[in-house]
Amino acid sequence: MSTRFWTGSRRDTLAGYLFIAPQLLGSLLFVFVPLGLVFWYSLHEWNVLADTFTFVGGENYQALADDPKLADALVATGFFSAGLVVLNLSLALLLAVLLNQRLRGTVFFRTVFFSPVVVSLVAWTIVWNFLLQDNGGINGLLETVGVDGPNWLRGEGTAMIAVIVVQVVKNVGLNMVLFLAALQGVPANLYEAATVDGASRRRQFLSITVPMISPTILLTSIITVVGSLQVFAQIAVLTQGGPGTSTTVLVYYLYQQAFQFHHFGYGATLSVLLFVIVLLLTLVQWRMRRKWVFHES
Amino acid sequence: MSRRAKTAVYGVLCLLALPFLFPTWWMVTSSLKPVADVFAFPPTLWPADVSFDAYAKAFELQPFARQYFNSMYIAALVTVGTLAVASLAGYAFARIRFRGANAWFVVILVGLLIPSEVTIVPLFKMFDAWGMVDTHWPLILVPIFGAPSVLATFIMRQFFLALPGELEEAAKVDGLGRFAIFRLIALPLARPALGAVAIFTFLHSWNLYLEPIVFLSSSEMFTLPQALTQFVDAYGGPMWDIQLSAASLTALPVLVVFVIAQRQFIEGLAHTGLKG
Repeated sequence: MSTRFWTGSRRDTLAGYLFIAPQLLGSLLFVFVPLGLVFWYSLHEWNVLADTFTFVGGENYQALADDPKLADALVATGFFSAGLVVLNLSLALLLAVLLNQRLRGTVFFRTVFFSPVVVSLVAWTIVWNFLLQDNGGINGLLETVGVDGPNWLRGEGTAMIAVIVVQVVKNVGLNMVLFLAALQGVPANLYEAATVDGASRRRQFLSITVPMISPTILLTSIITVVGSLQVFAQIAVLTQGGPGTSTTVLVYYLYQQAFQFHHFGYGATLSVLLFVIVLLLTLVQWRMRRKWVFHES
Repeated sequence: MSRRAKTAVYGVLCLLALPFLFPTWWMVTSSLKPVADVFAFPPTLWPADVSFDAYAKAFELQPFARQYFNSMYIAALVTVGTLAVASLAGYAFARIRFRGANAWFVVILVGLLIPSEVTIVPLFKMFDAWGMVDTHWPLILVPIFGAPSVLATFIMRQFFLALPGELEEAAKVDGLGRFAIFRLIALPLARPALGAVAIFTFLHSWNLYLEPIVFLSSSEMFTLPQALTQFVDAYGGPMWDIQLSAASLTALPVLVVFVIAQRQFIEGLAHTGLKG
């Protein structure tokens, strides 16, 4: 029987490829072909309204380097991502640690902190838009205690902070839940041993908790960083990139260039830039993991 | 824990809970206020007289029921499609030994780093060439195969890797084919992972905003997030009472389902795959 064609391993190979075929072909058509096209388009001057599509080589990239608004967009993106990631991860960790105590009512609070995750993003943003208006709920509440609140979404200094806070409250529950699961996986005897050795709670947190949950910290930080670069709806609803260009992050600028000003070639060039940034940040985090992520064995 | 420490923890938790609870409360109560009271000072935490006018108007100004249906059926299709695609691929990468498996797995994972924001321009041109602009096809096809589905495939693979394989081995000895083993044995055991993926996927589709505003132009095709931002007056200013009532209608059903099933929801997400 060893001469037959359909040996076990051939069968497995066929089965394997049939199983992954939908995902593979779908990725090819809707992810990798468009990615290739983004690079191709970025070498062209393409005005949809004028219906022109001409090869211009690196001109779009030259324009990128000369674009004063791009610097603003990169600053806004950096500010947003850094603020979001730091605030989101530290709040998520704080909430997880608080909810990991043996207390009644933690399930209730867990539900509360997670609930914005399931609220439609635009609905959530609309409510905050309403709350953050100059005469809105937040300033109304502040005024009842005698504080004159700023016009949050129209102030250069406050608009970005407001957008970051809205987004952190929306999604921090997800990271909180992942941290909570990781905390519950830390063996209790480690803490007992440390307590016997006289380690303070702070010391225990830094020397036991953080190293033990570091794989989860890595995963959540990668997901949160990549997610932060995709922010769009919040900007579109809350600030439309303003005041000035203070909240015009890269994706919003890309959308404006491609779909409002119909500069598809330049929009594609911005897409390439966005892709490179996502790639670099992920690689850096992945590389740095050896320095601080703890692995058993 | 000492009594004082306990009180302190509860105090911190209650304070932190405010920005999570208050917006939803404010959304629902404000949507029930007559429009003149929406910005009343001092703020009233409960409407003096309850009015459903804004709710009625949401359905008059736009085909809101139709838009609701659009969002629901698109999210449902995307969820079912992603579950099928991702469980097949995840199972193969975890269980079937075949040449090139690891290389293809890495290739597919790279898709995680290519969100549809990066490819939106060519995607628009592709769907334009296929005559699918202002249809729901882009909102269905792109998520089923794009970054969210790659994450789903990864979660499914991790789950199947951690699942003991004896049952499947026994079925193989009994002469069951690969697909039958997958369908009849592995898939029923994968219910927790499928649940987590379904929640992720549904919410992702439900939240989409950039894609609908790029691809859709007629109001009876709109999805909910896009429709919500269309309740504006002649000057482009938001019609607050209507936006808030429509937002309440959008948010509350999912919120209610979540509160009822919160344990399965949260623990499903926490304990599935993402840890590995």
